[in-house]
Amino acid sequence: MSAIQPPSSTIWWSQPLDRVEGTWIAIALVWSLFMFFMMPFWHVYGKQNLSNEAYRTTPEAFMSKTQAMIDQYTVRTETAMQLPVVAPPPGSDVYLLGRLWQWYPLLELQKGQTYRLHISSMDWQHGFSLQPVNINTQIVPGYEMVLTITPDTLGDQTIICNEFCGIGHHTMTGKIYVTEGRP
Amino acid sequence: MSTEQFRICPESGLQFHKPAETLMRANAVLAVVILLIGGVAALMVTLTRWPAVHLLPADRFYQLLTSHGVNMLIFWVISFEMAVLYFCSSTLLRCRLATPRIAWLGFVLMVTGIVVNNLAVMNGDASVMMTSYVPMPANPNFYLGLILFAVGALLGCFVFLGTLVIAKEEKTYEGSIPLVTFGALTACIIAVFTIASGAIILIPTYMWSMGWINHIDPVMYRLVWWALGHSSQQINVAAHVSVWYAIAAIVFGARPLSEKVSRTAFFLYIAFLQLASAHHLLVDPGISSEWKIFNTSYAMYLAVLASMVHGLTVPGSIEVAQRAKGLTKGLFEWLRKAPWSNPVFSGMFISLVGFGFLGGISGVVMGTEQINIIIHNTIYVPGHFHATVVIGTTLSFMALTYFLIPVLFRRQVRFAGLAKWQPYLFGIGMGVFSTVMMGAGTLGVARRHWDMAFTNSAIGFDYPASAYTLMGLAGISGVAAIIGGGIFILVVVSSVFFGKRVESESLYGAVPTRLMKAEPIVEPAGGHAAAGKWGFAAPGTFVFALFFLAVFVIYYAINWKYLASVWPMS
Repeated sequence: MSAIQPPSSTIWWSQPLDRVEGTWIAIALVWSLFMFFMMPFWHVYGKQNLSNEAYRTTPEAFMSKTQAMIDQYTVRTETAMQLPVVAPPPGSDVYLLGRLWQWYPLLELQKGQTYRLHISSMDWQHGFSLQPVNINTQIVPGYEMVLTITPDTLGDQTIICNEFCGIGHHTMTGKIYVTEGRP
Repeated sequence: MSTEQFRICPESGLQFHKPAETLMRANAVLAVVILLIGGVAALMVTLTRWPAVHLLPADRFYQLLTSHGVNMLIFWVISFEMAVLYFCSSTLLRCRLATPRIAWLGFVLMVTGIVVNNLAVMNGDASVMMTSYVPMPANPNFYLGLILFAVGALLGCFVFLGTLVIAKEEKTYEGSIPLVTFGALTACIIAVFTIASGAIILIPTYMWSMGWINHIDPVMYRLVWWALGHSSQQINVAAHVSVWYAIAAIVFGARPLSEKVSRTAFFLYIAFLQLASAHHLLVDPGISSEWKIFNTSYAMYLAVLASMVHGLTVPGSIEVAQRAKGLTKGLFEWLRKAPWSNPVFSGMFISLVGFGFLGGISGVVMGTEQINIIIHNTIYVPGHFHATVVIGTTLSFMALTYFLIPVLFRRQVRFAGLAKWQPYLFGIGMGVFSTVMMGAGTLGVARRHWDMAFTNSAIGFDYPASAYTLMGLAGISGVAAIIGGGIFILVVVSSVFFGKRVESESLYGAVPTRLMKAEPIVEPAGGHAAAGKWGFAAPGTFVFALFFLAVFVIYYAINWKYLASVWPMS
C-alpha cells in the first residue's frame, strides 16, 4: 500500500530510474519538442496561419467602413430581406460584420484571388465559422480582426455562428460565394 | 489532542478523524446531488442535439446547457475534490483536520453559491453558458453564486494546507508525504491560482452586471476567465491522477516505480499547467502568435510530458505489482488477470485509457495554434472535454466512491451486480459519445447550437448526411452513458442511506495517532527488471505506451493534413 504511505525519507530522490521510465521520458520529451517546433515551422512554411493583425474599433466606425464597401461594390440583393451581395475587387479590403443575428453583408469573391477580410462584431461575441471549408475564428466587439484569405475552392460557403449569442444564435448565418475570376 | 476522536477502519487500516469524516461525507453527498442535477440536464441536452429527437425548444435548451455546464464542470467536481483533499490530508496523514469550523463555513458558502447560481439559471435570465462571455449579460446572481462557491472552495483549500502543517508539527508521519497527498497538494496549489483568477474576473463582472462599472474588455475577460475555467480542469487532472495512484495502491498494493519521477511530473503540472488556458484564445484577435504558441504548449509541452509520464507510471506500477505476484506470462497476463469485475479497478483503468487516448491526444491536437482554426467552437470541443473531464475525472471519482462506501460510509454496496457493469456502460458510452462528436466537429457542426438544420434562418446550410448520423450516434451513446451515470447514483444513494452496515466494529475513541512509519524502499532480488522483459520492469505497459504514441503521431499528422486543405490564409 505504497502511494498512500510515506516513502523512506530522502532516499527516494536518489533511487535510480527504471529503464522503462527513463526510455519513455526520453521518447515523450522528443515528441513534445517536435510538436512545439511544428507551430513556428508552419508559420514559416505552412499556408494556413492567423495573422496577428487586429485593431481597436467601435461598432460605428466599423459599420461606416462596411457601408462604404456596400455602397461601392454591391452587385445584387438576396432573400426577402434584400440583403446586399457585395463583390469587392481582388486585393482590396473587405468588411464583414456580425450582429444579433446575421453576418452582413453577403460576399462574392473570386477564386484564386487574395482579399484582406476585416471582421468585427456590432454587439456581443460571435463565432465566425465558414462551412464547409471549416475556418473558425472569434469575433469580438471593439476588435477588428484582419484575415488575408485566398479562396481556392469554387462554390457557396455559408457563414454560421458558433459562439452562443442568445436566442437567435442558431439562425445567424451569412454567405461567401466563390466564383470564377472575372476578366 | 486527547479530546480528538478517531476511529481505525479494520479493513483498510485507515484512520479517520471524526470531524474530517463528517466533512468528507457532507462534501461527497453534496457532490453526488449536483451530479444528479447536472445529469438530468445532460439527458435533456443530449435528447435535443440528437437530431431525430430534438426534444427541447431553443430557450430551454440553452438554459439547460448552461445548467449542465456549470453544475458539472464547477460544482460537482470541486465539491468532490473537497472530500478528496480532506481524505488526502487528515486521513492519509493520520492527523486531525485543521479548523473544522472553517471547513464548515466553506461548505456553507459552497452550498449557498450553488443554490444562488442555480436559481438564477432556473429563472431564465442567465442562459449564458458556463463561460458567460461579456458583453452578453446575465442576472447578477449568476456571477454572485459562482463567487460564493469559489470563496467556500478556497477555504477548503486552506484547511487542507493547514492540515498538512498540523501533520508535520504533530509528527504523525515520518519522511515525505505520500505520493497521493503530494498529488492532492498539486491540485490544491492549482486551485488557489484558479480561484484567485475567478475572483479577479467575476467580481468586476458582477459589478458590471449591477451597473456599477461601465465596460469590461471582452478579450481580457476571456483571458482571465479561462485562467479560472481551464485551470479548474487542471485541478481535476491533478486530482484524478492522484486517485489513479491511490486505487493502484489500494487494489494491488502497487508502489510507484519511482517517487522522483512521479513527483516531478506533478511539479511540472504546478509550474506549467495554468499557462495553457491560452488554448482558448488561439483564434482571438489582438494576441500575438508568439504568446499563443508558448502558452498553448504549456511551455514546450512540458506539462503534456508530465501526463505522458503518469500514463506510464500508473499502469506500470500495477504491472510490477502483478508480476511480483507471479503473473508473468507473456506481455499482458498481468492485465488480463486484473480484477475487471471490481468497479474500483475497472473504473480507474477505463478512466486512464479514455483520458489518455481520447482526451489527451485530441486536446494537444486542437490546442495546436493553427489546427485550432479548423476546430474552434465546433462540437469537437465538447467531444474532447467529455473524454477528459467525464471519462478522466468523473469516472475515476466514481471508482474511488465504490471504495469509500464501505470504508468511509461503513455500508455495504447495494446492487453490486449493477455496480460491476456501471464503469463499462458509463466509460464506453462516453467514449463513443466523445469520438462521434469529434467526428461531427471535424465536419464543422457547431457546439452550443440548437438547430444544425438552420430551419428558421433566411440563409440555410446543409451538413452532409454523415454529420447527422454522427449526431444521432452521439444521442444514443450519450443516453447510454447517462444511464450509466444514473446507475452510479442509484448504487451510491441506496448504499449510503439504505445499505447494510459493515459488520466489523470501528469505534471512536481518543486513538493516540500512531506514528506512520515510512515504508522502506525495498528492492526485489535482481531489481525490478528481474520480473520483466528486456530489462524493463513493466514491458507490457511500455508496449501500450508505444501504441499510444503511434496513435498520437498518426492523428496529429492527419489533422495537419486537414488544415493544409483549407484556404491559404494569413
